[in-house]
Amino acid sequence: MNDVRIAGVGLTPFGRQPERTGRDLFAEAALAAREDAGVAREAFEGLHYGNFMGALAERQGHQGPLMAEAAGLDCPATRHESACASAGMAVRHAVQAIRAGEHDVLLAGGMERMTNLPTTEVTESLAIAADELFEVRAGMTFPGAYALMARAYFEEYGGSREDLAHIAVKNHANAVPNEFAQYRREVTVEEAMDSPPVATPLHLFDACPITDGASALVLVSDDYAEAHGLDAPVRVAGSGQGGDKMALQDREAFSRTPAATAAAEAAYDDAGIGPGDVDVAEVHDCFTIAEVLALESLGLFDHGEGISAAREGRTTRDGDLPVNLSGGLKAKGHPVGATGGAQIVEMAKLLRGDHVNSDALSDPRIGVTHNAGGTVASAVVHVLEVAE
Amino acid sequence: MTDQSYDEWVAALGTDDAFYLECPEGHGSLPPRRTCPHCGATELSETPLPEAGTVETYTEVHVAGPDFAGQTPYLTAIASFGAVRLTGVLRDASEGDVETGLSVSAGTAENPDTGDAVVVFRPR
Repeated sequence: MNDVRIAGVGLTPFGRQPERTGRDLFAEAALAAREDAGVAREAFEGLHYGNFMGALAERQGHQGPLMAEAAGLDCPATRHESACASAGMAVRHAVQAIRAGEHDVLLAGGMERMTNLPTTEVTESLAIAADELFEVRAGMTFPGAYALMARAYFEEYGGSREDLAHIAVKNHANAVPNEFAQYRREVTVEEAMDSPPVATPLHLFDACPITDGASALVLVSDDYAEAHGLDAPVRVAGSGQGGDKMALQDREAFSRTPAATAAAEAAYDDAGIGPGDVDVAEVHDCFTIAEVLALESLGLFDHGEGISAAREGRTTRDGDLPVNLSGGLKAKGHPVGATGGAQIVEMAKLLRGDHVNSDALSDPRIGVTHNAGGTVASAVVHVLEVAE
Repeated sequence: MTDQSYDEWVAALGTDDAFYLECPEGHGSLPPRRTCPHCGATELSETPLPEAGTVETYTEVHVAGPDFAGQTPYLTAIASFGAVRLTGVLRDASEGDVETGLSVSAGTAENPDTGDAVVVFRPR
């Protein structure tokens, strides 16, 4: 099996950029990744691209070839849709193609344009990641779905809104120095607690923002990197995917996300590691409670213990397991179809040592990214490792 | 398969003929289905829905999509009715009155924003 190296990474700044088209956003990220990798245009054999709501936001389907063209490439291209996990799935498919020996050089990533729509239309567009008949028609919104999970978690394990507020405080603090982040300002527990309700018990500061942005990665085989003398010190050591029932009402429990557990177990097994080997994690904190569910699904904390991890300083930048040093979706922003790729971009930089928050880590070897689709009806986890 | 069987299920929910789908293993599900989502069985029979359900989790929604924009804040809940769970709007209750374990009945009402029938729970 061919080993997969990350040869180059690229991002746009995340934030409100309603005047910029999707093709402009992805082109910026892709060109940055290509320049970082130093791989010739002609070498690219394909694009795996994630996007969720482009057909609604830009009236643009069939975005794969459009984005290959925008990236300056002449190669086959496929769009992957898995709600908020679209880019993570795109990367996974690229990794599998290189590992299978079918390709040596691929571009992967994603893009979402969201702020050109009014908030109610974005809310409606995001809701299509839920079950239309049994959830959306019953008044469930996406924050509402995570609110249902948060209340169930509180009932089963305890925890409070204040515990969740500490997660927002942590991730905002991490975003301050990150030039790609949407909200580069610290917030306080009091501010978070006093923010208006969105879907109780979740308030505004428990929710990630509406964001435009793009992410891109140049993935190459180990053989190609060696043959072309590429500086590619980070390898994709493990990849895993999990699935669950579409509607919350059909799940075994609301306080756990078994799709993410399955994805993590597969990725750990693939990489030959366990959760105790993880030095740093980027998890899908679309809502503060989602970070809790992610930490527990990844096996980084026992069930019932993830809720207090930020408050106790265990996942802060000076804790024993820093989580979301990028700022996370919460503060860095969540352009849905770009997010999973952006997590891997941030993690690769953290492991390379050229991330603005790299100084929070001491000789990191292994990082994990967790990208969830919908209310975690789908999940993809990647293990990144500093190559020997 | 169309949404017709869903529409028929919603119509029945507001009557004495409320039902769910049951497979030979006793798993419950809601239409439209060709297979049991729990075991894959294809023999699904209509079984009377219990009259009483229990709220398992709930939220008061303050930011809604266009189909509910005129109703905020409103309560949405997931309630178990024996072998199945339903998601619906909780009417005739305020957030302070609700807690998990609340006994509710299931029915339908008109969504004032769209005119469509919506699943509603009411405290029993």
